[in-house]
Amino acid sequence: MIAKELVVIGGGPAGLCAAIAAAESGSRVLILDRSARLGGQLIKQTHKFFGSENQYAKTRGFDIAKILLSRVDTFADLIEIWVEATVVALYPDKVLTVVQDGKYIKIQAKAIVVAAGASEKFLAFENNDLPGVYGAGAVQTLMNVYGVRPADRVLMVGSGNIGLIVSYQLMQAGVKVAAIVEAAPRIGGYKVHASKIARLGVPILTSTTVLRAVGETCVKQAVTVKLDPAWKPIPGTESVHDVDAICVAVGLTPLTSLLAMAGAMTSYIPELGGYAPILTDEHESTLADVFVAGDAAGVEEASSAMVEGRLAGLCAAKRLGYPHADFDDIVSECHAQLAGLRNGPFGCKTCAGIAKMREVRDHAR
Amino acid sequence: MLDKFGFATPEQVASRFFTEEVLKKPKAILECYEDIPCNPCVTSCPTGAITIGPDINKQPVLDPDKCTGCAVCVGACPGLAIMVAQIKEDRAWFKIPHEFLPHPAKNELWDAAGRDGRLIGVAKIEGVVLSPKTKTAIVTVSIEKAQLLRFATVVTKHA
Repeated sequence: MIAKELVVIGGGPAGLCAAIAAAESGSRVLILDRSARLGGQLIKQTHKFFGSENQYAKTRGFDIAKILLSRVDTFADLIEIWVEATVVALYPDKVLTVVQDGKYIKIQAKAIVVAAGASEKFLAFENNDLPGVYGAGAVQTLMNVYGVRPADRVLMVGSGNIGLIVSYQLMQAGVKVAAIVEAAPRIGGYKVHASKIARLGVPILTSTTVLRAVGETCVKQAVTVKLDPAWKPIPGTESVHDVDAICVAVGLTPLTSLLAMAGAMTSYIPELGGYAPILTDEHESTLADVFVAGDAAGVEEASSAMVEGRLAGLCAAKRLGYPHADFDDIVSECHAQLAGLRNGPFGCKTCAGIAKMREVRDHAR
Repeated sequence: MLDKFGFATPEQVASRFFTEEVLKKPKAILECYEDIPCNPCVTSCPTGAITIGPDINKQPVLDPDKCTGCAVCVGACPGLAIMVAQIKEDRAWFKIPHEFLPHPAKNELWDAAGRDGRLIGVAKIEGVVLSPKTKTAIVTVSIEKAQLLRFATVVTKHA
């Protein structure tokens, strides 16, 4: 058993900001990430970020990853990094099991920040197991991490920000996007992202979904169908698209499996993406000294994940006896930034989710 | 329209433009029609011409008296939702963001599209500024003046 002070699970935007904040406070930190490279989803994001300068607005995601990693590097004496290290178990006594290099390693942590991110939701339709049916994350990984063109013609399913952004990235990579279909009657993501695609001639078909993939050994076509106001397919409205890939971008759900395994309380909160952990305002779970930040706490934008990470890192470090010199000021600044990011019509959903989570929490007390 | 198809109505577009008199000089057209948490247009503007206010979820407003048409905001806007427009005699001139390779080159003719992606005519590339920092090229194009409110972007080199 290896003893560590603060263990951060996940080296994405939330985890990196948690590690930086904790190290600034004086804590020793171990970052565990299952990938070969730190940065999480940031390294695949080629678009400029929204938000304000505090959250690196107008900087492209992969450049934000570089900024955060260089900040991590300045704490080389405090921050230790293990990559290709997958946390496969978390126990109530803050013991973690990590698989690295084919070996199981046990770590006893004093405090933990779970910043494991989210996993993609999928969609049930005929032949959805054919090669050529991708999740949006896989398409981004192929294109933007490995430089591999995933297809020639794609049907995008889902018009949330991920569906819109990945469509634009596919077009930049020279891939034709046949259409974006959206089951809801309205586009889900930011309209500025939708407009970027609409003016390039890609149709966005609302109240429409994918019915089936067609092909023997791989996707050759996709059949879509219009939906009535009750979301039921309207017979006779099927249309066939000649595509060699179908990209599914229908949302994310928090990765709470480790928290659930350790016995932390979770609750099904659709506004947060599914099962989400019950947290204090300091982002501590119902397990003492186990904090949660980023999409693992509720699916949102990377901008807020970075602020939540900072908050959780500061609070975890304070718990370990390393209060940041400006703890109170930075914590209230973090809360103010989160409130600012969540103040618009998109943030409403997160606020409603957090309100539900607090209700569950207060009821449980 | 915007919610369902992803492009703004002619009325929405017109609400962000200025009179022909004002557009004798280049002015930024802020096509941000939705409250989203974002403010790089404000922080990048060197003349303080763009305001959002304390709540960054509000939509930006341009003061045409302060705007010099420098196009810094065109490269800063994460939503690629800003263009600079100007009327020069019988041509409408624009500075637009461009993020596809190959970028247009000066004096080339490119097919122009409206906000709905339909081709509206041929535009002349008047200049291209590549920015290694933002990686968004700022392309200056001109098209016949009648397309002032329709022009959105250039899509492919004119055959």
